[in-house]
Amino acid sequence: MASVLATTTNTAPAQGARRRSRTAYFLLLPGMGWLALFFAVPFITLFVTSLQVPVPGTSGQYMAAFDLANYPEALSYYSEQFIRSLVYAGIATILALIIAYPLAYFIAFRGGQWKGLLLVLVIAPTFASFLLRTYAWRTILADEGPITSFLNALSVLPQDRILNTGLAVIAGLTYNFLPFMILPLFAALDRIDPRLIEASGDLYSHPATTFRKVVWPLSLPGVVAGTLLTFIPAFGDYINAQLLGSTGDRMIGNAIQINFIQFRDYPIAAALSIMVMALILVIVFFYIRRAGTEELV
Amino acid sequence: MEQRRQVEDLRLTHLTKRFGELAAVDDLTLTIPAGSFFALLGASGCGKTTTLRMVAGLEDPTEGTIHIGDQDITNLRAFKRPVNTVFQSYALFPHMDIFENVAFGLKRRGIKDVKGPVEEILELVELAPMARRKPAQLSGGQQQRVAVARALINQPDVLLLDEPLGALDLKLRRQMQIELKRIQTEVGTTFVHVTHDQEEAMTMADTVAVMNSGRIEQMGHPADIYELPRTVFVANFLGQSNLFPGRKVATHGDLIDVDFAGHTLRVPTDRTFAEGGNGSDVIVGVRPEKMTIIDEPAPADATDAATIPESHNRLAGTVVDVSYTGVSTQYLVRTDADSEITVFEQNVLVGDRCEVGDRVIVHWASEHSFGLAG
Repeated sequence: MASVLATTTNTAPAQGARRRSRTAYFLLLPGMGWLALFFAVPFITLFVTSLQVPVPGTSGQYMAAFDLANYPEALSYYSEQFIRSLVYAGIATILALIIAYPLAYFIAFRGGQWKGLLLVLVIAPTFASFLLRTYAWRTILADEGPITSFLNALSVLPQDRILNTGLAVIAGLTYNFLPFMILPLFAALDRIDPRLIEASGDLYSHPATTFRKVVWPLSLPGVVAGTLLTFIPAFGDYINAQLLGSTGDRMIGNAIQINFIQFRDYPIAAALSIMVMALILVIVFFYIRRAGTEELV
Repeated sequence: MEQRRQVEDLRLTHLTKRFGELAAVDDLTLTIPAGSFFALLGASGCGKTTTLRMVAGLEDPTEGTIHIGDQDITNLRAFKRPVNTVFQSYALFPHMDIFENVAFGLKRRGIKDVKGPVEEILELVELAPMARRKPAQLSGGQQQRVAVARALINQPDVLLLDEPLGALDLKLRRQMQIELKRIQTEVGTTFVHVTHDQEEAMTMADTVAVMNSGRIEQMGHPADIYELPRTVFVANFLGQSNLFPGRKVATHGDLIDVDFAGHTLRVPTDRTFAEGGNGSDVIVGVRPEKMTIIDEPAPADATDAATIPESHNRLAGTVVDVSYTGVSTQYLVRTDADSEITVFEQNVLVGDRCEVGDRVIVHWASEHSFGLAG
């Protein structure tokens, strides 16, 4: 009798646990299905496309092959755009970090009852279309506009204009992806217990030292998340370069777009897309390892 | 910490902090002697934490000054004060290990060789083996000791403790009270301890100040305050009291007669803090453990009642509740004048205890009474 009781009480929780774990897998299904349909399948298609060769005697028609030559070919055509994308996205990310950090700091520590409203204001511009906002920057930075006139009066502009230069592209990228820098920074800063700052001051830290030794290290997860969320979309962006830059300021996104839409050179466009993904993957991998986020998050 | 440092008194003069119209701390003047273990005791919102934060430099006083010895620190910024704080939630830096946390203050003051002092202080709080762990890997009690070590290593003139044991469970709290007291005796630093736990204040501090609405109600040695509270607030906040609001009717030598619902209760003159002559309001108070409870004798048999000394105050009533707590029994008695009395009796007597519904007489020596302003 005793043993019967013992076995029933022992198996009951085990069964419960098994059912729970099965439920967990079940809950994964929609997400996995979504990923399979909209990521895995297109990715495979893209990869297969990147290996195709033209059907002889036609234009815009390709057939299955295993031609890795598309990759070095694409790279040799567009290495300049690759490097420009890295530089523009990099500068825009650094500028966004410099602008966003004080703003996020202020909202997190001084926002008080206005915190919610201030955060809404941060994302409010994104309620308007991305394209529209970028067009608006054409007006803001126009040659006869107040900003350009003012800077020209100071004669600090190397090309006497901003619009249709790299400067405008970087400004557009910085502006458009700024909310994605502010939000993770805010989340990280808001999690810092203000008493840690008090404790640091209590332990003889000058406010600048408190920032360097306590606030900055504790906000690193937000810095990492924010810079990635800004850099990755900025790197692949083509709207800003197209609307705000000259033909000499085109980025890798423009190269992919023009190959797909205008030249109909699908294998080259696909090879460029795959290379962009690979490059971002490598950058993210080394960046996160460097920042040591495993320990921080 | 072999050598004891020459520490100096902490003096607060007319210290006031107003938040808008509300005076959180209201004209506080007090001297905390060097090397003492001082407890600021009060309910939440009484101004005790605000007082502490002003001493730490985390809050600016509206009026008044703060001195340590002859040095005016009122306008000194927090990082320049010879004062360190143990925060309520410990506020340990989560991204640093225990060693780095403890060394933080020394390094900020430009001290290069921190290894020796850090190891020494970790030894004092018995955490030497934990030096390379992160705060999150430590228990609440261990984190608490790290917070104490991190503050004490700087050899401050005054160590401020803001409800340092609030987050610990009861058993650990008792243990840490003893521990903190030991550390204080060992280093000889002035400890200013803010707490709402009257038992904690009484067991640890050599001077307790009871705070209420931004003012100090009473200050002194814990036993003195307990035995002779001067206000109704203190009588109720520090331990329990039975209070009988009455009217002063006569003075006999060093005793005052107070009429409480037709009963005469006597209070020593020097234990009465109510002004005014006959006819003025006086509240007679007495601690529950000072009282004795006996069965009311049958009218025919007066022998039992005769055992109550003449000099004792007495009130008759009915037992409405009995709770047995092991070391003592707690009685709730409703008097004939419809007020309630709490009586603690030590369980030293063999035999029957009183039961609910029993008619009883509660009596106590007049010298244990205290008189408060009504």
